[in-house]
Amino acid sequence: MPKVTFIEFDDTVHTLDAEAGATMMETALQGGVTSIVAECGGACSCATCHVYVDDAWVSRLAPKSDEEEDQLDSAFDVRPNSRLSCQIKVTEELDGLVLRTPSYQGR
Amino acid sequence: MAEPIKTDVLIIGAGPCGLFAVFELGLLDMKTHLVDILDKVGGQCSELYPEKPIYDIPALPIVTGQGLTDALMTQIKPFNPQFHLGEMIESLEKIGDPLFRVTTDQGKVFEAKVVVIAAGGGSFQPKRPPMPGIEAYEGTSVFYAVRKMEQFRDKNLLIVGGGDSALDWTLNLAPIARRVTLMHRRNEFRAAPDSVNKMRALVADGKMDLALGQVTALEGEGGQITAAIAKPDKGDPFKIECDTLLPFFGLTMKLGPVANWGLNLEGEVIPVNTESFETNVPGIFAIGDINTYPGKLKLILSGFHEAALMSQKASKYVNPDKRIIFQYTTSSSSLQKKLGVA
Repeated sequence: MPKVTFIEFDDTVHTLDAEAGATMMETALQGGVTSIVAECGGACSCATCHVYVDDAWVSRLAPKSDEEEDQLDSAFDVRPNSRLSCQIKVTEELDGLVLRTPSYQGR
Repeated sequence: MAEPIKTDVLIIGAGPCGLFAVFELGLLDMKTHLVDILDKVGGQCSELYPEKPIYDIPALPIVTGQGLTDALMTQIKPFNPQFHLGEMIESLEKIGDPLFRVTTDQGKVFEAKVVVIAAGGGSFQPKRPPMPGIEAYEGTSVFYAVRKMEQFRDKNLLIVGGGDSALDWTLNLAPIARRVTLMHRRNEFRAAPDSVNKMRALVADGKMDLALGQVTALEGEGGQITAAIAKPDKGDPFKIECDTLLPFFGLTMKLGPVANWGLNLEGEVIPVNTESFETNVPGIFAIGDINTYPGKLKLILSGFHEAALMSQKASKYVNPDKRIIFQYTTSSSSLQKKLGVA
């Protein structure tokens, strides 16, 4: 089972078993990452599961859809490595992925 | 004070559970008014996932959020519910036994024998950008909605966002403001293409400005902003002089004024009993995602069940002398008459 790491804005580290086929947002909620809010439950409609992808991993993820890019407009402090974690599917290849959460989210 | 609108039941929230409550209450002869902060019915179903499929509505293997909302509106039509959209309930006070006076942020007043809170995750409210100290400017020089355009005449406006709200207000306010700057994080807009084209034409004619970047800080004092500091994708931060900021970053759910109505709360939800889904205040019920009880599941189907049981108890307050005879819509001529199918 791939392992992924969420590093919250306050440096809390969660290394979690991720089930292939689930989304990173679901993995985070299961693992108690409280700065992933996921208000809309994974419909790509709220931008409250915003994460920053570790630089080493940005190009290894499937690219953003137009829908995800549009939805990022309602996030804050958006950076080139910004993603919505509900739109990243867990695969075996993502073993070791590191995601960080923005400081404003979940507070 | 405005003349109160008298009703048997006031339903707060016009999402799927609030809509279905109209049906169950209607079968028991109770008239309903509904208030919702959104400008449309359907709650989260139409605001968050109108085109997304739902798979766990009994007997509907697949239905979209909008499809479910439309079907519910058809189902409750015989009961002629009255909708008050784009309004938020601000205050609720008990004035009888039970009788409630309920006031909206638009000054509308209701007198209802029963109040049903079907407010889901709370009220949809504008997202507040995480700029340090922004609270101090809210309501004086930072606004999340435009109620009266005149308020912005001759102002130096900074409008932030890339969706329909940002673009619509840019186009509407550009002719009356002293200057409008639209700021967005990228040079692509999810707003309607026609609005985007109109905005670009105004920029080309020198009638407004477009700035690409994200606001990181505000300057000003005494509730009055004087400038915003923004960061472009690449390069150095820049400053935009402005006296009014209108940020449009979409909506988020907040419990809102419900917290001030004397109801017991567990965190962001309202505990209820499972016989009638009544709160600690007799005559006030809570159904759907906003309530909690042992074993609660935040499912639409659970909210439907809650609406049916709530209506039985609500009837005792609204029509205390009336004995409820349990009947099926399949066979009862009296229910079929109410549904207009007899």
